[in-house]
Amino acid sequence: MIVNEQLAIDHGLKKDEYKKICDLLKRVPNITELGIFSAMWNEHCSYKSSRFHLKNLPTEGKNVIQGPGENAGVIDIGDDDAIVFKIESHNHPSFIEPYQGAATGVGGIMRDIFTMGARPIANLNSIHFGSPQNKKTKNLLRGVVHGIGGYGNCMGVPTIAGQTSFDESYNGNILVNAMTLGLVKKDKIFYSKAAGLGKPVIYVGSKTGRDGIHGASMASASFDDNIEEKKPTVQVGDPFTEKLLLEACLELMAGDSIIAIQDMGAAGLTSSSIEMASKGNLGIEINLNKVPCREASMTPYEIMLSESQERMLIVLENGMEEMAKKIFDKWNLDFAVIGKTTKSKKIELYFDEEKVADIPVNILVENSPMYDRKWKKAKLPKKIKIEKEIFKTLKVKNVLNKILSNPNVCSKEWIWQQYDHTVMGDTIQKPGGDAGVVRVHGTNKAVAASVDSSAVYCWAHPLSGGKQIVCESWRNLISVGAKPIAITNCLNFGSPENKENMGEFVECVQGLGEASAYLEFPVVSGNVSFYNQTKDIGIKPTPTIGGVGLIKDYQNMITMDLKEVDNILLVIGKTEGHLDQSLFARDILNEKNGPPPEINLFNEKNNGETILKLIDKKFIKSAHDVSLGGIITAISKMCIKGKKGATLKKPNYLINQFEYLFGEDQGRYIIEISKDDLESATKILQENSVHFDELGAVNDDSLIIDNKTKVSIDDLIKSHTNWLTNYMEN
Amino acid sequence: MHSSVITFPGSNCDRDMDVALKKFGFKNKMVWHDDVELPKSDLVVLPGGFSYGDYLRCGSMASKSKIMKSVLNFAQGGGKVMGICNGFQILVESGLLPGVLLRNKYLEFICKNVFVKANNKNNSYFKDDKKDIYKFHIAHNEGNYFCSKEQIKEINDNNQIALFYSDENGNVNEQSNPNGSLQNIAGIFNKQKNILGMMPHPERMIDPALSGEDGSIFFENLINNLK
Repeated sequence: MIVNEQLAIDHGLKKDEYKKICDLLKRVPNITELGIFSAMWNEHCSYKSSRFHLKNLPTEGKNVIQGPGENAGVIDIGDDDAIVFKIESHNHPSFIEPYQGAATGVGGIMRDIFTMGARPIANLNSIHFGSPQNKKTKNLLRGVVHGIGGYGNCMGVPTIAGQTSFDESYNGNILVNAMTLGLVKKDKIFYSKAAGLGKPVIYVGSKTGRDGIHGASMASASFDDNIEEKKPTVQVGDPFTEKLLLEACLELMAGDSIIAIQDMGAAGLTSSSIEMASKGNLGIEINLNKVPCREASMTPYEIMLSESQERMLIVLENGMEEMAKKIFDKWNLDFAVIGKTTKSKKIELYFDEEKVADIPVNILVENSPMYDRKWKKAKLPKKIKIEKEIFKTLKVKNVLNKILSNPNVCSKEWIWQQYDHTVMGDTIQKPGGDAGVVRVHGTNKAVAASVDSSAVYCWAHPLSGGKQIVCESWRNLISVGAKPIAITNCLNFGSPENKENMGEFVECVQGLGEASAYLEFPVVSGNVSFYNQTKDIGIKPTPTIGGVGLIKDYQNMITMDLKEVDNILLVIGKTEGHLDQSLFARDILNEKNGPPPEINLFNEKNNGETILKLIDKKFIKSAHDVSLGGIITAISKMCIKGKKGATLKKPNYLINQFEYLFGEDQGRYIIEISKDDLESATKILQENSVHFDELGAVNDDSLIIDNKTKVSIDDLIKSHTNWLTNYMEN
Repeated sequence: MHSSVITFPGSNCDRDMDVALKKFGFKNKMVWHDDVELPKSDLVVLPGGFSYGDYLRCGSMASKSKIMKSVLNFAQGGGKVMGICNGFQILVESGLLPGVLLRNKYLEFICKNVFVKANNKNNSYFKDDKKDIYKFHIAHNEGNYFCSKEQIKEINDNNQIALFYSDENGNVNEQSNPNGSLQNIAGIFNKQKNILGMMPHPERMIDPALSGEDGSIFFENLINNLK
């Protein structure tokens, strides 16, 4: 095949990128080489539009062992234990083929974790769908949930928390972000940096097939009318083989024969071999005839670009091949020595005794394009004026019913009941709480994790939205009694070539960087997904944050269910009654304008740290952060979980009941305290200058507000639990 | 008491079962599916998971493993064999227990706490147990027990039903049946009652920090009965 500019453009490269390739190589690439360039230089693998901005994120901290740049981030949790974690998107494939797209997303992120020597101990996911009325939504949701369950359940890794949202901006582009946490001993972490010359390069796992060719390139472009044609670019998952691969890899890792290891994810053999060579500053030579293939007569181009799943590339110490092969034979997996490390600093590929590619590694990696794209700064929208008359037409009870059954608030039990969340025997907080919590096996420690995003806030004002989402993650960890340690992010946006979308990206990243620096909650890993758009319409900006925290003694974990009648309820943090961009404004008043709630990082940090002090003193019986839907939604969930009621009274400084109950001011929590501890607890709050209001007290049967509104627990449960099941089963 | 847990390719509750058995005093050994001999055992457990990915009928590939010959001999000699979840499916596929496990009625994987009621306590698994109704955990896609009319008659005639899905008060009815299982069957014995297969996971209920301790009651009683 003749390589020319048009063929390069068909591969997703730009004209000037093709020219750059020819200049750097000082010749025209052959077809295999062009394929390699297109795989390495697409948005998904090269981060060419995002690198410029991502470098400003805070990535260091006293508990950080490994920040971005490896397969996943690593944090220290004491006693030589470390947690390896990362979140990744699988948006484009999941829209084209929901089951396989979601399944391989889960498989891919778990592979990133065990590549580093860690046994996966928990999965989370953040999934976003179009409006429930959109005719595709139901099937996409069903397919994605089946796919996530199909893979994670088979692997025997519990899915402990998640987030599901619906918004019409995802009608043409759903989001599927999967996160995994793994546990490893600090001195047994494996990296992808190759070292030493003449070391064998080993291929293990599944055979290479023709599936997923150009998957990463597909994920670097917008959708158009011919989306069905893209099905062959979606990979097919085999969780059973991955389970075997996990056990085989961990068995080999118990010894010390591995120099470097890298999973074959996006752009398969191409990116894994090049990354290992690049990090080790050396070359790799591969004989493609040695690669185990599923089909006969696969070309070098297909072998290099296949995204078949469940494969790993390992650089091994000399003389260890036989020992390693025995382990993979035991687990019935392919094992092949396919090449060696060289001093050439080039990637050299041979096929049928001919050299089919010869590219200096630095050209592919360091010289890959980087763009400082044009972007537009977003203005803070003006506050909306709500006519006070409108409140008179509303009844709290009706509004509450509508909010609790809103698709973005209602119980997601229909989803998480399909995920095995208890396998491995250490899940001490199941889905449905503020964060999922698993014990560190055989110890008193536990790790909490949460995934969050607030696309509406980010859309209204990206800078505030970016900050808010880090704070929400922090609050969710605090609410279960965990000290927040670090985050991973999955940045889902529209096209970077559109300056509004690029502006959303830049300012969200700026916001999340500011918040994570202030809260000392660094970013240790992440992933960017651009081009979540169909034709010219992009999604609402949706940065997803995966936060991880540590509970030193799991007996001190906090849950949100109300515990005992007559206990006192406090709202921590000041309630101003911010309704703009609240669920109340959008869903009840149909008002979509206005600024999102303001973030005060000082209060955020102070409130959270003070709550941890109260938890240390064992004053807190239950806690829940106040987020979407305001105070009344938060307390309703606490009532539902605890099967108890609450009697609430509005503080005098706020005039309007709706602003008080449904406002979405940030930095707030509801906590439950016994009467005996109230004095000591309020003393600590005062000493730390934390604003708090008395919300009311726990009762045994109903939610009662200002003696005017009364809703039974059964009615709360009905409003909260029925929507999703009815939607999916009718 | 010595126990053995068989690990098949794709087993994923093998470690959980090992933890549970050891916690209640068993000296447990993990046995690889490709081994030929069983170690000295008072109890053999086939754990949950997705042996061979459940790509063929669940449990059918595993039932042909090398070790299963020894398990068969052990069971036919009266040895105690317990299969949980995928282990139950393997027992059914190997012919040690009657019937089949079909896909759940609503075609979805179910992971939740359920109540089960012991039906026959005149055996080593449930004898003298202080409870009749347990809160156990289920996590499966194919737990819908089914068999022929002749088989179910025989099962009932021989009092082979071990556990029914029930409500909190022990009522066995359609509302308490999570997966469409025939007669609400959650677990059955062979005729001799030395082999038990059940869908629920008692090993996930051995700690108050998890969902509860009804699994602890089950295992404590089991080891006492085997002594």
